[in-house]
Amino acid sequence: MTISIDPQKTNNESLQPKGWLRYFSFSLDHKVIGIQYLVCGFLFYLIGGTLASAIRIELASPMSDFMPRDVYNQVLTLHGTIMIFLWIVPVVNGAFGNYLIPFYVGARDMAFPRLNAVAFWLIPPSGLMLVASYFVEGAAQAGWTAYPPLSITTPQSGQIIWILSVLLLGGSSIFGGINFIATIIKLRRPGLKLMQLPMYCWAMLGTSLLVVLSTPVLAGTLILLSFDIIANTGFFNPVLGGNVVVYQHLFWFYSHPAVYIMVLPAFGLVSEILPVHARKPLFGYTTMVFSIMGIVVLGLVVWAHHMFTSGTPPWMRLFFTIATAFIAVPTGIKFFNWVATLWGGKISINSAMLFSCGFIINFVFGGITGVALAQVPFDIHVHDTYFVVAHFHYIVYGGTVFIIFSSIYHWFPKVTGKMLNEKLGILHFIITFIGFNLCFAPQHWLGLNGMPRRVAEYDPQFQFVNQISSLGALLMAISTIPFLINVFLCVRNGKEAGDNPWNALTPEWLTSSPPPVENWEGEAPLVEEPYGYGKKFSAQK
Amino acid sequence: MFNKNIYLILIISLVFSISFWIGFNVNLLPAEASINAPIYDELFKILFIIGLIIFIGMTIAVIYSLFKFRKRNNQIGDGIALEGNLSLEIVWTIIPSIIVLLIGLYSYNIYDRMGGMKELNHNHEMMSSNTEKIWAGISQTSDNAIATNNLSIEVSAMQFAFLFNYPKGNFISGELHVPVDQKVSMKMESKDVIHAFWVPEFRIKQDIIPGQPTILNFTPTKVGKYPIICAELCGPYHGGMRASIIVEEESDYKEWFNKNKKPEVNL
Ligand code: HEM
Ligand SMILES: [Cu+2]
Ligand SMILES: [Cu+2]
Repeated sequence: MTISIDPQKTNNESLQPKGWLRYFSFSLDHKVIGIQYLVCGFLFYLIGGTLASAIRIELASPMSDFMPRDVYNQVLTLHGTIMIFLWIVPVVNGAFGNYLIPFYVGARDMAFPRLNAVAFWLIPPSGLMLVASYFVEGAAQAGWTAYPPLSITTPQSGQIIWILSVLLLGGSSIFGGINFIATIIKLRRPGLKLMQLPMYCWAMLGTSLLVVLSTPVLAGTLILLSFDIIANTGFFNPVLGGNVVVYQHLFWFYSHPAVYIMVLPAFGLVSEILPVHARKPLFGYTTMVFSIMGIVVLGLVVWAHHMFTSGTPPWMRLFFTIATAFIAVPTGIKFFNWVATLWGGKISINSAMLFSCGFIINFVFGGITGVALAQVPFDIHVHDTYFVVAHFHYIVYGGTVFIIFSSIYHWFPKVTGKMLNEKLGILHFIITFIGFNLCFAPQHWLGLNGMPRRVAEYDPQFQFVNQISSLGALLMAISTIPFLINVFLCVRNGKEAGDNPWNALTPEWLTSSPPPVENWEGEAPLVEEPYGYGKKFSAQK
Repeated sequence: MFNKNIYLILIISLVFSISFWIGFNVNLLPAEASINAPIYDELFKILFIIGLIIFIGMTIAVIYSLFKFRKRNNQIGDGIALEGNLSLEIVWTIIPSIIVLLIGLYSYNIYDRMGGMKELNHNHEMMSSNTEKIWAGISQTSDNAIATNNLSIEVSAMQFAFLFNYPKGNFISGELHVPVDQKVSMKMESKDVIHAFWVPEFRIKQDIIPGQPTILNFTPTKVGKYPIICAELCGPYHGGMRASIIVEEESDYKEWFNKNKKPEVNL
């Protein structure tokens, strides 16, 4: 099969709206689609964040007094689902993948531009449907995991809409995953070897493999679950002889890899950002590539560590303990390599750098509690408690969200041609970092000492620590203000950025800012050493 | 060069001593009230110390780099073009692999000492029918001889309460009473959705799964009243689904038992 690196002008540019209206239309340009993903995801993040604030307000006092208990569970379910399926997954994959991958492989667009647009346009309607399901009588309230029999017995209309929307979002990410694989493998500019690709391509290749292998399992599982709800079948319903533990196996077969679908792209992004601002090559390129693939393989075989208290047999507990703990090895390699990338550099302390370093510190912390949780005897005590809530927010927020912000500071000049204000950016970082740690660090203690998760009311002895946590959440909410002001001011009268303000070597910087419709005026540049800092390449400028 | 090594050794020993000090002096866990608890806490301490060493070490490395290698005013040019270092990368692949493997083996040992690896299906007293599949929880003992001496209790969980059935006394209680230092075997069944049985002071937890009875064995070691907490989302009142376990002296327990012992059900 041959795919031309110069796809015929499918875009019919003359018919497309110009200026910012371009971003509101059905466009086939990968850059437009990337920004659409990002903005759409950010709007859902604001909704999900508002829900998180509501949760933390409720938990500022031990009694259930801010909202009724079933509403609390609905809010919790919506928060988790929105944050995962409408914010993190679409943004680290869809937004940055679409924007960057064609540049990195030297192509003018994605392999399947129409499929790409379809993948994006599935998101707003299914997201709105999910939010709307809250207002239908009886929103989903079985948590983002939707374990039966609870999900079968709670109000059904909401749960059905929840399933449908997650199915559509899953479809969107499968379309995206296929497109990324095809683009990276087939659309590479002639002469560009796989081992010369920027690290984010490798991360997206690994992630897309996970998406394509595991998302269909989630889809199948949810379809069976909806049969149980609508058609009274008995796949998972114990009253009809179904097995509720089988659901958990199937669910986690997707949802554990989903964690890597959220963090692997972040690993890729940070590998692009650190070398530029440290002015050094990415340390250990080859081991970085192998560790990504190691994480992909191990990530697929560790799902049952979510089920250590579900009555899994002892041998299974043992296998999943060892397999899970071993993910720490490839992950650890990556962290050592990033620190080695910083070592001996000429580091610019700016917002992008600070968010990336914050990511390293937070993620190491979340990774350490992760290795602890992999140990069956340890997990048995803290499973389904606030310890776990703290652990995964250290990963998804302290890890991925920090990298999303880092990436926005890094690529904003490329996308808009304008520089964001550094003072506001650093303020944003400081408030976020303090708020985040204040919010989630104390929750480890809560879990160890007896506070289960997903509860609207708790033992009064935990009140003080919960209030500290809520204070942290308040700071996190406040931290978005300098960011939003920054973007707003920048769009109105930001400093001109020039084509390559960071003096970076990866291909997206070797074109104008913002880039033209087909990415380059002439032929795509052949970048053999995307991280050749300290060598002849960067001596050019 | 010599000076540099001295500093490195100094920093490493400082990181180690701080981590050990915190590990031994900061207690993050509630009281220990079962045979399992001290075993669990031993594992916790080890993991805590190793985690602290890694975390403090990495944090120092990142913050140090940011200070030491920051770009000074008007400095131009790049850092050194160092792309990799094979021996370094081999070192930091092998060392974590060994640590992870050792932790895995050690926690296997802990799990075994807690009784988790023992086959539970020989426990005849617990089996109401031979075809029924019983899922293993943590156990203290499983040999038939000892098992028959265990205090056995049947737990049923429902939205939003635990009920404890004492088959020998033929009564049901909403509070779990057990004598101190005696092995307890529980068979747990759910009437509706998944619940979980968790006693933080005992460091044990087991889901209660509809359609699949689970068992959980433990030995309390400290007299007192401890919370039983449902740890699996089971509906709106999940947060309120709590009960108490009262660990008492043998004589107090007997007294309570005899007071409740009745031919008919007592709630
Ligand atoms: C904006 C800051 C955030 C705050 C203050 C926050 C807070 C919370 C709180 C208090 C809970 C309830 C924990 C429980 O009772 O189980 C929760 C649950 C959850 N959060 Fe967040 N969160 C934030 C961001 C995120 C992000 C970025 C993600 C991305 C994946 C996320 C994913 C989840 C998930 C999956 C759950 C579990 C929902 C469930 O149990 O069904 N959160 N969050
Ligand atoms: Cu319950
Ligand atoms: Cu519950």
